[in-house]
Amino acid sequence: MSATRPEAVLATGLRKSFGTEVVLDGIDLAVPAGSVFALLGPNGAGKTTTVHILTTLLAADGGTVRIAGHDLATDPDAARRAIGVTGQFSAVDNLLTGEENLRLMADLLHLDRADGRRRTAALLEQFDLVDAAAKAPSAYSGGMRRKLDLAMTLMGDPAVIFLDEPTTGLDPRTRRMMWDVVRDLAAGGVTIFLTTQYLDEADELADRIAVLDRGRIVAEGTSAELKRMIPGGHIEVRFTGRAAFDTAARTFSRARRDDDTLTLQIPADGGVRSLRAVLDGLDAAHVEADELTVHRPDLDDVFLSLTGRPRPAAEAQQKELVR
Amino acid sequence: MTALAPALPLRDSRTMLRRNVRRMLRYPSLTVLLVGMPVVFLLLFVYVFGGTLGSGLPGSAAGLTGRAAYANYVVPGILLMTVAGAVQGTAISIAMDMTEGIVARFRTMSISRTAVLTGHVIGSLLQVFVGLAVVTAVALAVGFRPTAGVLGWLGAIGILALAGLAMIWLAVALGLKAKSVETASNTPMFLILLPFLSSGFVPTDSMPTVLRWFAEYQPFTPVIETLRTFLTGTAPAGATGWLALGWCVVIAGAGFAWSRRLYERASIRHHG
Repeated sequence: MSATRPEAVLATGLRKSFGTEVVLDGIDLAVPAGSVFALLGPNGAGKTTTVHILTTLLAADGGTVRIAGHDLATDPDAARRAIGVTGQFSAVDNLLTGEENLRLMADLLHLDRADGRRRTAALLEQFDLVDAAAKAPSAYSGGMRRKLDLAMTLMGDPAVIFLDEPTTGLDPRTRRMMWDVVRDLAAGGVTIFLTTQYLDEADELADRIAVLDRGRIVAEGTSAELKRMIPGGHIEVRFTGRAAFDTAARTFSRARRDDDTLTLQIPADGGVRSLRAVLDGLDAAHVEADELTVHRPDLDDVFLSLTGRPRPAAEAQQKELVR
Repeated sequence: MTALAPALPLRDSRTMLRRNVRRMLRYPSLTVLLVGMPVVFLLLFVYVFGGTLGSGLPGSAAGLTGRAAYANYVVPGILLMTVAGAVQGTAISIAMDMTEGIVARFRTMSISRTAVLTGHVIGSLLQVFVGLAVVTAVALAVGFRPTAGVLGWLGAIGILALAGLAMIWLAVALGLKAKSVETASNTPMFLILLPFLSSGFVPTDSMPTVLRWFAEYQPFTPVIETLRTFLTGTAPAGATGWLALGWCVVIAGAGFAWSRRLYERASIRHHG
């Protein structure tokens, strides 16, 4: 290993417009080889467009990109040989079986027959798809399709893998499995570039996170660095009666009170200990809460603090309701 | 283990062809439907209209009359209609590919840029010839009596292959251009109608002036006439043959160029 790690993804001044709509307004990205990088942003921020440009699907209007050292403008095929892509929309052939899909990849990668067969068997095994190998993906669940999709991406042992919202729409179990796969790949030295709208996903997986908003990078750093920019989490308690509300407000003097909705926002780190402290406090004051919500810092908070306005589509709320 | 070989056009096209043939076998209802249509038209024209239409024909080489004469007359037009019908399938499968994510995946891989399209084209050509074989068999069963020798049959296969390639490349472009699979199944429909407005079903002399002018100058007429000469004629195709060849080459070339351009540009649907 040399002292200076080459950048697996290096983009400077990327611009892209569709008609009059500016989607990317000059973004710079640098992802060191062997690291996991997350591009975090809401729907419509330009994440998918970025991935499309970096994976040669779309030409940028301006800027330069080097993937694994290859300039996309002059040698796109060399870059294509270094990458694997799993997009947001499944890229499997629905009329071929799972196994045939993998063999198709092996053939297109010009692996010899024995090699292709061996890799196919290994990937089916790795992704727990052996039983489904002879079935068409149309009979698969969403999670299985995503797994097959990722297995196809891995057929060529790519050095750089792009994952566009790899866990959107997946059940929690498959989501965990995806995370494990990403960690295994990263441990094996593969560079991962992923996009996500979930802060916790970026937090779990990425070495560095860049926040994309309206076509610009508004913040970049490690997970810890980003979180320092974000106000902490809180526990929100709602009351039915004014008297209980007032009593509780006196008990939790640090809480932010909203007199219209009779709710208190009590600063807390979201852990069990802080939750117990709040419940004990309520008990001690002999007040009954109507509803209690644990609120951890999420993308909405990142957005509010970085851009000074709420996230455009706040559909990714991560609240656990305790009634 | 990563394959470092450069894109191999032949190998990639073969892989894509294998994929397309497999897809056709998995989804045979489309093929059956597309081959069934010309068979129905053949039976309809021979048995329902054939008796009357045959009596109106100027006279046939084999001395046939009535329905038998008409069966001989209509088969070249029906064969071209078989080709036109089969390429609807090309447009549909191209559009299906483009709406699914798989082509986006191919485009991020180092594979020959034309292999995806070439695989479709060769697959469709195979499908066209399967259709032609079925329709020819039915035609022979209902009284088609070709007089062609070996050279005549080779010529017929040649002109059908060329017309097939021309219509397939055109359908590829229409399939790429279509925004949805439904559109793709509708836009090449005019290809099925065109044989009716040619010399395929009745001689052009019997048509009113405007229609007759259109029928004589549209590409299906020289192709059908050339095919008729190869199958049941006596004289060589001559100038009409060259005209048919010219049309096929021009349409195939234009379809190919258009398709390539659309494929290079067409990428992902923009999902916002």
